[in-house]
Amino acid sequence: MEHIRTPKVEQVKLLDRFSNKSVIGTLHLTATHLIFVESNSTSAQEIWILHHHIASVEKLSLTTSGCPLLIQCRNFRLVHFVIPRERDCHDIYSSLLRLLRPVSYDELYAFSYNPKQNDQQREEGWQLIDLAAEFERMGVPCDQWQLTDVNREYKRLPPNICIGLVKSVVPHLLCFYNVLRGGKRLYLFVSCLQAAVCRCSQPLSGFSARCLEDEHMLQAISKANHNSRYVYVMDTRPKLNALANRAAGKGYENEDNYSNIRFQFVGIENIHVMRGSLQKLLEVVGTRSLSMTDYLVGLENSGWLRHIKAIMDAAIFLAKAVTVEGASVLVHCSDGWDRTAQVCALGSLLMDPYYRTIKGFMVLIEKDWISFGHKFADRCDQLDPDPKEVSPIFTQFLECVWQLTEQFPQAFEFSEWFLIQIHEHVHSCQFGNFLGNSQRQREVLQLKERTYSLWAHLLSEKQNYLNPVYSPSFAESHPVLEPSTQACHFKFWRNMYHQYDRSMHPRQSILKQVLTFKESNRELEGTVQALKTKLQKFGVSTSPLKPQTPPRERSLPPRPQSLILGAPLLSRKEVQQEEDEEVFGEEAREDAPASTDGERTVEGSSATENGYGELTGSFGSKNEPAVVTLEFGVARMTC
Amino acid sequence: MEFAELIKTPRVDGVVLHRPFMPTVEGTLCLTGHHLILSSRQDNTEELWLLHANIDSTEKRFVGSLGTIIVKCKDLRVIQLDIPGMEECLNIASSIEALSTLDSVSLMYPFFYRPLFEVIEDGWQLFVPEEAFKDLESMTDEWRLSEVNKDFSVCPSYPSLLTVPKDIDDESLCKAASFRHGGRFPVLSYYHKKNGMVMMRAAQPLTGTNGRRCKEDEKLINATLCAGKRGYIIDTRTIAVAQQAKARGGGFEQEANYPQWRRIHKAIERSNVLQESLIKLVEACNDQSHSMDRWLSKLEASNWQSNVKEILTTACLAAQCIDREGASVLVHGTEGTDSTLQVTSLAQIILDPACRTIRGFEALIEREWLQAGHPFHQRCAQSAYSNGKPRSEAPVFLLFLDCVWQILRQFPCSFQFNENFLIMLFEHAYASQFSTFLGNSVAERVKLLLSQKTVSLWSWVNRPQELERFLNPLYEPNNLVIWPSVAPQSLLLWEGVFLRWNRSTKCLDEAYQEMAHIIEYNKELQNKVNSLRRQLAQLETEDSPLQTP
Repeated sequence: MEHIRTPKVEQVKLLDRFSNKSVIGTLHLTATHLIFVESNSTSAQEIWILHHHIASVEKLSLTTSGCPLLIQCRNFRLVHFVIPRERDCHDIYSSLLRLLRPVSYDELYAFSYNPKQNDQQREEGWQLIDLAAEFERMGVPCDQWQLTDVNREYKRLPPNICIGLVKSVVPHLLCFYNVLRGGKRLYLFVSCLQAAVCRCSQPLSGFSARCLEDEHMLQAISKANHNSRYVYVMDTRPKLNALANRAAGKGYENEDNYSNIRFQFVGIENIHVMRGSLQKLLEVVGTRSLSMTDYLVGLENSGWLRHIKAIMDAAIFLAKAVTVEGASVLVHCSDGWDRTAQVCALGSLLMDPYYRTIKGFMVLIEKDWISFGHKFADRCDQLDPDPKEVSPIFTQFLECVWQLTEQFPQAFEFSEWFLIQIHEHVHSCQFGNFLGNSQRQREVLQLKERTYSLWAHLLSEKQNYLNPVYSPSFAESHPVLEPSTQACHFKFWRNMYHQYDRSMHPRQSILKQVLTFKESNRELEGTVQALKTKLQKFGVSTSPLKPQTPPRERSLPPRPQSLILGAPLLSRKEVQQEEDEEVFGEEAREDAPASTDGERTVEGSSATENGYGELTGSFGSKNEPAVVTLEFGVARMTC
Repeated sequence: MEFAELIKTPRVDGVVLHRPFMPTVEGTLCLTGHHLILSSRQDNTEELWLLHANIDSTEKRFVGSLGTIIVKCKDLRVIQLDIPGMEECLNIASSIEALSTLDSVSLMYPFFYRPLFEVIEDGWQLFVPEEAFKDLESMTDEWRLSEVNKDFSVCPSYPSLLTVPKDIDDESLCKAASFRHGGRFPVLSYYHKKNGMVMMRAAQPLTGTNGRRCKEDEKLINATLCAGKRGYIIDTRTIAVAQQAKARGGGFEQEANYPQWRRIHKAIERSNVLQESLIKLVEACNDQSHSMDRWLSKLEASNWQSNVKEILTTACLAAQCIDREGASVLVHGTEGTDSTLQVTSLAQIILDPACRTIRGFEALIEREWLQAGHPFHQRCAQSAYSNGKPRSEAPVFLLFLDCVWQILRQFPCSFQFNENFLIMLFEHAYASQFSTFLGNSVAERVKLLLSQKTVSLWSWVNRPQELERFLNPLYEPNNLVIWPSVAPQSLLLWEGVFLRWNRSTKCLDEAYQEMAHIIEYNKELQNKVNSLRRQLAQLETEDSPLQTP
């Protein structure tokens, strides 16, 4: 609190990102949020921005109307305020600078967030996702694999854990094992074919080093699988990067030393390239009055979709090796917690329908990302501001999943809202799941005692994230997904990168509409049942009927109306209001005479806001009207 | 019959058909006057019936005595036929070549096609100008139906009946026609009921280099303005192109002569550029070996999406002038038969909810494309695989459909029809057993006696059995103006047409079915609940008097 100098500023102007329109409102600064409340009382829009979401704050040079403040968020929201007095602007600016860089974990929102649950509920929340049960589901331990607690105190293989081991490996070998592997982890996945997906970090091979124990280990992995004589070793890096690592005493497996491996590079770029790529992408799509040419050229130059495709290709390679050849695969990159996590998680998703359910997806993230030590704190810039460690690795994974949902609309129990919500909370630091860099750190922080679990929160709102056309039987006909990786089948994920730019979204959402129908179906089924029971009391009647219009009730749980997910849930009444604004079908039902339509104008559809006023103003002037700019990106429905 | 001369080998056995994402079929290939038929002997369901008119180009290859013909269709499909025997293959190839490039309209399939269904509602009688005028009359009395073009002599590309301002007599119309390219004087395209503003379309004025003017033309378009009101002239060409047109006798309205009008120039490409764009796009879509970078750069280089954006933006501008500015609009380009129609028809879809129904959309196509004289025969003679010299082919209509699809994507609940309807129209515009899209103008269609000799597409489409496929289950009538976003991020590649043949749509189709099923089920449940409630209410009222005593 001591960092907040000015808690409230009035008459602040919020500029729209892609048009000339703006709204006036009041800016509030709290310990956790920056809140903008629109002054217009009829359709007061509220924007809640969590401090943790803010990636950067920029004070632009003073203009006649005030001092502009540009705030960029990690969830791809970009807000542009104009604050009338420079002093206020500076106060907000400096407070934010301090607030968005917490210096210790204790300052994170998760430690103060309290959703009004008691301790028991919180504990239950943390128990929802249980990795031990997941290993059991995978069939481990079994005759070939055992669980080991060799990393029990996170000493041998800091900072991560090691869960599965081949039985035939003598435990003491492990002591030597971390001599060779840089990142020191090994893990398995067992499919019904007994083929395993293992992950680790790069070997410390340098130019000539060998480690017999490591060779023995791979031999053991190979022997544990009777279907195939060899093990694939996938190095997810481009060959050049792997070669460069050799000079630093690291590198990749020498096929001569391992008799039973098939070695393969798959060429996913490193975190720095990915960071740069996203930055370029956001720059392009953030441009005002973007032309189609600049958009497509920018999309290409950013390389973003190329990287997405590379990850997808790698995951498909993995899935094919396991499901078609029945071979075990060892996946690694440099450290084994970025590209390896992407490829293993996505590969598992392709192979195992369980991970395509809501619960299964949580398990997958818990297993491949959280427990195996993807450095969420560094990658998502939670605490320590080292810009070189930040990278959208997890975002890329979510996008790959989204690309799959586009190709297989019936395969996933969840919709893209689920993915976007997870992305939101990876950065929000509102729940304990993603805090810290490793399991060990999370235990030190006592997250399970002091914070709440995101999974419990998401499961409680499961209704909102369901995919209405999900078909459980799809998994039977398609146990393994075989997506097309032709370049033309990859799309730009507008709903993620423009999630707050509502002018870009379809004005009517099929997803929302079908979900509503589906929920309505469930209610109606209940009603039918109830009515039938009542009728049974009377027996059956076929007498002529009086016309009676049944009341059409639709009481639905609140749904994310916009994708403004950080905001607290709106009350039912507010939701209703917003629905009236957005669901045009409802408006049409009012049968309002056409002539009044024009009066019910909402933001963005009046002439001046479209940059058309200038045109009227210059009417009759002698100048040749050569160029007329019209910003249709903002035109909205007349309602 | 002439066709027999063209068919050198009517029938070959042991032909193997390869289609993307479908199992290969071996069977007998038959050539008839209008169709290429491949039927597998074992299983009658595997049959290919391809209209020769649908074939855009063919390629042949030989490996030993096995010949291969690659058939590229106007609907962008590519199929491969393996034909044993070099001579047979050569014969088949040259027959297909000859049959698919017949020039004479009267030899086209629609003249030979006999429907297997009973025509209940004759599509030729569905959308006559008199009917449309009756609707207009109920809203305003400012307009009249003129018969000045009765014998198509004033303007050969216009229909015989035209809606013009009431105060302008036929003589003035003739004079105005002589001042416009191709005689296309300004006529009414759309009347906006909400505020009485209108959209008109025409061809460019023939001002030439010395700035000719025509009082009648000025009077004609001024007659559409209310007192003190002003209007906008949307010229679909850039100012530079419009300037150049002067040298060839064309031009644009000088502000001095049209003081009540403000001119706006947009940059919709001319037809030959659009054809080039289509060819490049389809080439990019069909090459499956592209890396991501190459694909994106080819997509960009095709300029297709830019064209979509430009056309849509211009249509939005026209709609905005009418609805938001409360001003009347005159749209024209050079000839007034291509970009002009794209703009006027799209603007109506944005403004007028009626155009978003199936009937309304059919009426729109009839009014703004067929009767307005879009030269379908010329424009759709070849599609993306044409390797001959382009004459006047251009995907003008396809671009329009693409734009409609973009709006449909953004307002998925506001249209009575679905994507399949648009794809069907695309197919039939290029090759069809129906004659709706034959000819270049009403005059030509009258001369060909189409309405007596052939079947209209609408007669078939509007049958309930066919309509079912085209209905959008999400449709809820919506009386509002729908403003689409034209940001590049909001415009997508129309996969349903351009990637249609190089992806498997099974998963997408099944998901669509599931969605339709959910909605259908909802309706059933609603009905069920209603009837049960009624039943219950009935019983309760019967029951209560019994209980009370």
